[in-house]
Amino acid sequence: MERHAPTPDNPWLALRNLTPARIALGRTGISLPTGAQLDFQFAHAQARDAVHLPFDHVGLRQQLGDRGRDSLLLHSAASDRHQYLQRPDLGRRLHEDSAQRLREHAQANPGGVDLAIVVADGLSALAVHRHTLPFLSRFEEQAAADGWTSAPVILVEQGRVAVADEVGELLGARMTVMLIGERPGLSSPDSLGLYFTYAPKVGLTDAYRNCISNVRLEGLSYGMAAHRLLYLMREACRRQLSGVNLKDEAEVHSIDSEESAGKSGNFLLGEG
Amino acid sequence: MASFTHTVGHQVYRFDSLKEVMAKASPARSGDYLAGVAASNDGERVAAQMALANIPLKHFLNEALIPYEQDEVTRLIVDTHDQQAFAPVSHLTVGGLRDWLLSEQADEHSLRALAPGLTPEMAAAVSKIMRVQDLVLVAQKIRVVTAFRGTMGLRGRLSTRLQPNHPTDEPAGIAASILDGLLYGNGDAMIGINPATDSIASICALLEMLDAIIQRYDIPTQSCVLTHVTTSIEAINRGVPLDLVFQSIAGTEAANAGFGINLNVLQEGYEAGLSLKRGTVGQNLMYFETGQGSALSANAHHGVDQQTCETRAYAVARHFKPFLVNTVVGFIGPEYLYNGKQIIRAGLEDHFCGKLLGVPMGCDICYTNHAEADQDDMDTLLTLLGVAGINFIMGIPGSDDIMLNYQTTSFHDALYARQTLGLKPGPEFEAWLERTGIFTQADGRIRFGDNLPPAFRQALAQLA
Repeated sequence: MERHAPTPDNPWLALRNLTPARIALGRTGISLPTGAQLDFQFAHAQARDAVHLPFDHVGLRQQLGDRGRDSLLLHSAASDRHQYLQRPDLGRRLHEDSAQRLREHAQANPGGVDLAIVVADGLSALAVHRHTLPFLSRFEEQAAADGWTSAPVILVEQGRVAVADEVGELLGARMTVMLIGERPGLSSPDSLGLYFTYAPKVGLTDAYRNCISNVRLEGLSYGMAAHRLLYLMREACRRQLSGVNLKDEAEVHSIDSEESAGKSGNFLLGEG
Repeated sequence: MASFTHTVGHQVYRFDSLKEVMAKASPARSGDYLAGVAASNDGERVAAQMALANIPLKHFLNEALIPYEQDEVTRLIVDTHDQQAFAPVSHLTVGGLRDWLLSEQADEHSLRALAPGLTPEMAAAVSKIMRVQDLVLVAQKIRVVTAFRGTMGLRGRLSTRLQPNHPTDEPAGIAASILDGLLYGNGDAMIGINPATDSIASICALLEMLDAIIQRYDIPTQSCVLTHVTTSIEAINRGVPLDLVFQSIAGTEAANAGFGINLNVLQEGYEAGLSLKRGTVGQNLMYFETGQGSALSANAHHGVDQQTCETRAYAVARHFKPFLVNTVVGFIGPEYLYNGKQIIRAGLEDHFCGKLLGVPMGCDICYTNHAEADQDDMDTLLTLLGVAGINFIMGIPGSDDIMLNYQTTSFHDALYARQTLGLKPGPEFEAWLERTGIFTQADGRIRFGDNLPPAFRQALAQLA
């Protein structure tokens, strides 16, 4: 897909190779040329559509079923998208009917589980539709090899990250992994976020979670995301915690890999 | 605590505190509903505005919205209130203050003298009973001029912060956005980077790079890397060249604690910046960012409405004689400001209240993709703030911040405002643009040079 129309008359067009930013757009008078203007509008429209795209839970459950995975569909306390966007507190809790269903499931399946996988639409159902299956197939294969038991995949409509705490607590899960659509950027309408919590319970703050962001084709690959998540899970089980105390070491790990990628010189300072 | 009643026809409205009148008088916005402090309907809102209009300004000196004993921002506000500056309006009510501000008596001179006599709560209160045109008209009378290497806030000027963010702080990528911005005449307020990585080593590397670019091309602007004030102090201690000291601030002690700061830490940052003596035409060097909803999101609002909390942050700001203050109005999301209408009103309120209190206000005219807002809303707010005489706005490539994932004003947007409103960049930078041949501006019209400036042509040639 073309990010923005070429403007061959712009003498600093070559700088486009150095950054994904919308530079060297050219001008008509002092204004944006038509091509660049409409490219922006399309990118914004895609991001908006991603925010408002309904969660296709029927399709997702079908796909999970085809892979032999059970699933449960739940709803947050936010009744619709309009309320979801204005009341983050409601998106963080289950609707009472959903909480009751989960309690009944737990009673019928006593003893708890190692892992609860929760999938919520978040701010981009598009991300969830695109990436849930391919990511889970990578991830669950390795999780099973580690011997962890899983509950059915829990889908939550109009859910925010913290709703996984309630799900995990009601299921008696040792750990939760939340797959959620991230706030769409102008150039990334389908970015999936992964949030991991050890010993989930209602009321935990973000300090108790670890986040792996930007899972999408142009961002973090499924394999790398699964690798990092499993690393966190193993460390969490060993140290019996998640969140900022775990994050420090994981970050050192990622900074190292960034720096090994090397930095290019700066042409403005004669370091081309 | 006083209670207030207001009767309209047969209906009596009762409000149990100044805090409640203020909150219920606030024009509707999602964050006040989220906090549970908003008026329950439009009638109650206007009744609260009527009740508020009748409250004497002197009452604000007797009833603190957040107790003096509990909050150092309240203590700062009370302890630094200037009775003598307050005298010209001390006999007025909130409604009377609105009338006075709109009258001929309020001009650039008298408004500058009044600023230390007003508390943030007074400014917030009067803004709640003002329409958009009132907020524009009064702000337009006020100038707050500051200086470091360039001069900000002069009448007829509109400055821009060139924001060359990059998702991995790649130096060449940042440089590409800087050059793009300079060639579109942006960057006189500062070249200010939001770093992707917050380690001290990468912050210092970015500061060194900005300093080298500013020196190499002799650009009359300021550098800033938006990191925590304690990190800036550490960079200064390491001898790194740093122009502006940045910090996010809010209007309550508890919210500031959430940012990991208090007034003492800000004072240390300010003094560390001053010790470098890097300003050439002035020594204003603090750069603060604020935004409605920050206190609520830190659960530190004490039941005070978000616009009043925001205005209290300007009392924190003005204590440190800042170079610029930026209300990042639409960044926080739709749970605080739901749509274009709420974002536009909030931006104008913040600019008005800040200027009234003597703060050099700018605005990050922005939105996220989950807010009900678009480019048309930003054009509207930009135009209104341009008319209102805002000190500076952001300038980024094509409105798309690829690091922070939100949309703000572009280099082109700044040119639009300058052209339509006849506004120029700061005088030092205007001279630099002319000298390098990037563009000249006469009678408001922008005329670009025919060729790239030789120094930049040379830099680009290296890439070939």
